[in-house]
Amino acid sequence: MQPFSVKIGGEAGFGIMSSGLIFSKVATRSGYHVFNYMEYPSIIRGGHNVMQIMVSEKSIAASYKHTDFLIALNQQTIDLHVSELSLNAGLMYDSATCVLPKLPKGVTVFDIPIDKIVREIGGSFIFRNTIAIGAAAALVGGDIKILKDLLAEGFAGKSKELIEKNFRVAEAGYNYARQQYANKTKPILAIKKKKQKQMVIAGNDAIALGSIAAGMQFAAIYPMTPISNILHTLAPLQEKYNFIYKQPEDEISAINMAIGASFAGARAMTASAGGGFCLMSEGYGLAAMTETPLVIIEGMRGGPATGLPTWTEQGDLRFVLHAHQGEFPRIVLAAGDANEAFHLTMQAFNLADKYQTPVIIIVDKQVCESHFSVSPFEYNKYIADRGKFTVKKQASYKRYALSKDGISLRSIPGVGNHIVVNSDEHNELGYSNEEAKNRLDQMSKRMQKLATCAKEDLAKPELIGPKDADVTIVSWGSNKGAILEAMNDFDNVNFLHLTWISPFPTEAVKNILHKANRILNIECNSTAQMAGLIKEKTGIGIKDNLLKYDGRPFFPEEIIAKIKKML
Amino acid sequence: MTTVQNLKTPNACNWCPGCGNFGIWTAVKEAAAKERWNNTNSVIVAGIGCHGHINNFIELSSFEGLHGRAIPVASAIKMVNHRLNVMVFTGDGDCLAEGGNHFMHAARRNQNLTVILHDNAIYGLTTGQTSPRSPHGFKSKSTPMGNLDEPINPLTLAISAGATFVARAYSGDIPRLTDLIIQANNHNGFSVLQILQPCVTFNKIYSHTFFQENTYHLPASYNPQDKTAAFAKTLEWGEKQIPVGVIYKEDRPSYEDQVPQIKAAPLISVAAKKRNINETLETFL
Repeated sequence: MQPFSVKIGGEAGFGIMSSGLIFSKVATRSGYHVFNYMEYPSIIRGGHNVMQIMVSEKSIAASYKHTDFLIALNQQTIDLHVSELSLNAGLMYDSATCVLPKLPKGVTVFDIPIDKIVREIGGSFIFRNTIAIGAAAALVGGDIKILKDLLAEGFAGKSKELIEKNFRVAEAGYNYARQQYANKTKPILAIKKKKQKQMVIAGNDAIALGSIAAGMQFAAIYPMTPISNILHTLAPLQEKYNFIYKQPEDEISAINMAIGASFAGARAMTASAGGGFCLMSEGYGLAAMTETPLVIIEGMRGGPATGLPTWTEQGDLRFVLHAHQGEFPRIVLAAGDANEAFHLTMQAFNLADKYQTPVIIIVDKQVCESHFSVSPFEYNKYIADRGKFTVKKQASYKRYALSKDGISLRSIPGVGNHIVVNSDEHNELGYSNEEAKNRLDQMSKRMQKLATCAKEDLAKPELIGPKDADVTIVSWGSNKGAILEAMNDFDNVNFLHLTWISPFPTEAVKNILHKANRILNIECNSTAQMAGLIKEKTGIGIKDNLLKYDGRPFFPEEIIAKIKKML
Repeated sequence: MTTVQNLKTPNACNWCPGCGNFGIWTAVKEAAAKERWNNTNSVIVAGIGCHGHINNFIELSSFEGLHGRAIPVASAIKMVNHRLNVMVFTGDGDCLAEGGNHFMHAARRNQNLTVILHDNAIYGLTTGQTSPRSPHGFKSKSTPMGNLDEPINPLTLAISAGATFVARAYSGDIPRLTDLIIQANNHNGFSVLQILQPCVTFNKIYSHTFFQENTYHLPASYNPQDKTAAFAKTLEWGEKQIPVGVIYKEDRPSYEDQVPQIKAAPLISVAAKKRNINETLETFL
């Protein structure tokens, strides 16, 4: 089966996203993989919300351009998305509230009297979506029991009456669709014999859970799209897992709070979008200068300024690599899907502690907010390693003692050691010092940490696909999903996926790209920032770039077309 | 044991002779000796400005952060280890210009911090520009034609923002200053101690003589629990009309009192370790 593309659209504020999530879980619980892509404007009510659910027999992390089944809960959904309908697609709507334009040939129309069912059974228009999901599930052969289980879980803790009512309206939608369109339903979601246990999880959730699993004790995060869901996931779990989440007055405070907490001994993090990270740039260098461990999540959306708040972009790569004045060791990682986001977050806490410096994870909105279906994260082997760290009284303590690897023994206030941490250039004791020799010693010590990191922790990038290929794709971040989909169409394309940005895996990238026949760089920005970085680090110039900066993620079709052109 | 002697560091003090910081430095050391503040129980956080050098001259663990940002650093230290005595050293530019937003919000949260506000109404370290505390008409390098901005009143601001201990002192009166530092520190909640101090090099108006002649001590009959009276008191400023002492005091749970996670013990009393999150992962199935 080709990946099946379902799109559900309606007015913002009417639960489109939660309905889409339930629908996608009907799919995963029936044995399929899903990928959910969200499009929505930067408003709360009245705008147009769309969730696209890709259902596939294989793992999938991208959405296609076309729609195989459109669930229209308002007129705008029909107007905007009818043109995307594939050959023999289905369209579900309510003729009492929407008007159909002339449809492409082959489209099957399913007219479901949603409003009528609402009036007869539900009594309130908040049940519209549940009816629609019930009917939609029936039309693609979904199992009503799984749907009811999901509704019961979703409304857990609410009154029995409310749950019963949701069951009734879902069943009404389901039964109507089954009876009315008995010979037109497709067994897209027919329950598979072999089912894998799968979560449906967004990158933001993966980051939040990764931080909790890694032993994070303090997070200060100011809300900003696309990373707000990190705090939405963290905040309700703080008592259960015994950490503090704090909403500060601004991002400047967020990063300074996280630094203070870390200085006092807590594993700490902060997160923001590019705009918030602008405010954090000052604190970023403070963490580096004071050698305070810190994990920073930088979520990318369309910039500059307020830009495209709810749309994706990869325009901040150069920004995070150069933010703040002066020079200091920068560890920057990039996550390409939920699984990577989870594991890189966990690793980032160990790297921050080991190197006593800020570690940035850069993620695009497409990773932050899209839902990935993945097996429950496996983290058995992880050990929370705090590096050179002591809470014991030392005979003579120097916070910035010189060392071969650049790392000094860190201690925390309150345990008896006299600890002087200083944003001014300082000597080994931490006292302000402007002497030339001391400056060289301390600068070299800090920069040595990056060299040590490159030697001890930098992972080789992954080359996916055949060893020998006619086209070698280079990319990073969420593009991974669309590239992997596109590669299904070729047996002569491989893909270099980069997750370590700094320190940069120069030798490994050089080796792979030197052997490549043709290189295609793919990025969601207008200036090919990664290609520039590769040129800077390896000397290899990349001529073929596929760049996109309209706020939309890459679709596999676009990559397939580009590769075909090159071959 | 903490004594004024063993709070010494190897560093030579670099404030100008006559600077008000000497009085504050002395009083802090006196208070530390009296209250037994040391490296097992206290930490100081400083901003940037002449005041911020204090971490080089006193043997207490310290974090000298960025200009204006001492308060958020201190706030989080207190949140994760509320048993530590956390003191913030900040200046009028540091606290009220660059860090004004943090000052306001930490007061609102009533975080259990002691804010020592070095107020010389001038930018000293950057060699003499106007500050948020400089009077209207004040001539400085940045206001050669006279300052057009009205000075901010940090104590009125502190009370209205939610601070629960608000006091003023003069840097030259070391015994009273020491006492006020201790009182501010013992208060459970956000304590602001504004210390009027001269900048002998750049501020020719607010001299030692000026403060000696124009400050008066609040009488014993003054009730610092009366919020309306306290507001009125903070507005007093003029010839022989600058009140010093405890202006406002309120009993209200501090931020840290209200965080359930730290009811039993400080957050960092349990070492950071891997957590089992399988139960939460299940909710995503």
